[in-house]
Amino acid sequence: MTTLEIVGKQVEFDEEGFLKNPDDWTRELAEALAAEMGITLTPKHWQVIEFCRQDFQRTGESPTLRRITKESGVTTKELYKLFPKGPAKKVARIAGLKKPTGCI
Amino acid sequence: MKKILILGAGTAGTMAANKLNHLLNKQEWQITVVDQDETHYYQPGFLFIPFGIYGEQEVVKPKKRFLPANVQLIISPIQLIEPEKNRVILEKENQILEYDYLIIATGTHPRPDQTPGLTEEEWRKSIHDFYTYEGAIALRNKLKNWQGGHLVVNIMEMPIKCPVAPLEFLFLADWYFTQRQMRDRVKLTLVTPLPGAFTKPKATQLLSQMFTERGIEVVPEFYTERVEPAQKLLISYDEEEVPYDLLVTIPVNMGADVIGRSGLGDELNHVPVDKHTFLSTKYDNIFALGDAASLPTSKAGSVAHFAVEAFAENFIRYVNGRNMEPNFDGHANCFIETGYGKGILIDFNYDVEPLPGKFPLPGIGPFTLLQESRINHWGKMMFRWLYWNMLLPGREIPFISNQMSLAGKQSD
Repeated sequence: MTTLEIVGKQVEFDEEGFLKNPDDWTRELAEALAAEMGITLTPKHWQVIEFCRQDFQRTGESPTLRRITKESGVTTKELYKLFPKGPAKKVARIAGLKKPTGCI
Repeated sequence: MKKILILGAGTAGTMAANKLNHLLNKQEWQITVVDQDETHYYQPGFLFIPFGIYGEQEVVKPKKRFLPANVQLIISPIQLIEPEKNRVILEKENQILEYDYLIIATGTHPRPDQTPGLTEEEWRKSIHDFYTYEGAIALRNKLKNWQGGHLVVNIMEMPIKCPVAPLEFLFLADWYFTQRQMRDRVKLTLVTPLPGAFTKPKATQLLSQMFTERGIEVVPEFYTERVEPAQKLLISYDEEEVPYDLLVTIPVNMGADVIGRSGLGDELNHVPVDKHTFLSTKYDNIFALGDAASLPTSKAGSVAHFAVEAFAENFIRYVNGRNMEPNFDGHANCFIETGYGKGILIDFNYDVEPLPGKFPLPGIGPFTLLQESRINHWGKMMFRWLYWNMLLPGREIPFISNQMSLAGKQSD
């Protein structure tokens, strides 16, 4: 577990970089986490992030890549452009959700 | 008479029929099983076919033989499940079957049609699979005369059934080509969407080390968009390329189409269920068992086995109006064949990853967890007998409990 100071606040993450406490999530935190990965968030990014957060509220699980592309209207190709190298995991981290269980 | 309808007579469906038939009063309950295929395949055996270790007689038997005489087996594809009407419509003569309780055990299946380029002109020429009986036989014939080159095993997307089989295939290929004195003419590579060789960190560490020792390369985080069969290229969504001479693909796995058609599935046609009781999240008289269920654990025969044992006890409670116990913990137990007459055993559940130790008797074994040994290989070979004679008929296997045990395991 690691604690980082992001946008002036102490925030805890697990070993793989996923947020410990979902209540710590803010839009500013998402921007800071994305910036760390070299991503500048655009409205298209936010469309995906918001879909994932809503889906998590419904199902209790972070959506898999296939679920994101099927339900959010963003194609896999676009998703890889937005969040290069492992989009499902990256979106989950930025959106303050837990690791997607698709990888089992 | 109350009616239980089981869809699918594979590992989970057959075990469920046997367990429930044993536990329920036959004067009050009628069990019917539907499957589109008369043949029961021992799927763990497919892995050995390409290398000439197993043939037809080890893996093929009639389904009927493993079901109790008083359970009705109907051979037909399924048109539609109508959960609101508690009935299922078959393709055969549009027959309608009503049920009080429905158990979905229709499995998960490789779908090469889901990836552009796979099933075109090179299918079963330079592109092969081994998760089907026909595919395993075709690959055996291919390997017999293959002169060497770059053999790539690729996993299209998770989840797949038996996530250790692609690794075992590579270990066995290393051994097979070494025995044929052509290992120096073969390059072996695993291309996977996962961050490493396997899904769990400690096991991945050991397996990666073994891959390195055997000169097997891993290309991680590669999510295949399409295959270019003429140029023999795998192309990922972020436009990376892996060339191959012989592709052994693990296609996208999906649940049965009828699950999707009937509105019971997730985006891969797997049925969402409670992960401890297998009760559908939508209908209180529908359960899904085995690979058909959407569960956060491996899709594997061992999981189906432990799951059915936990389910059967709960089902009796449930139909008698009592609460079900959350008694399934995601337990999986997998022998990993590593070639040269050895194997590894891993034992894990939803919460605990595979750890080193002894199994099933703490300190004694005889099997060694997360460590190569000859006895593990014999365990894997013996398992085929257990499968046909103990597991499918629903008999208890001594010393193996359906919940995972931490006894005899070393954690940090």
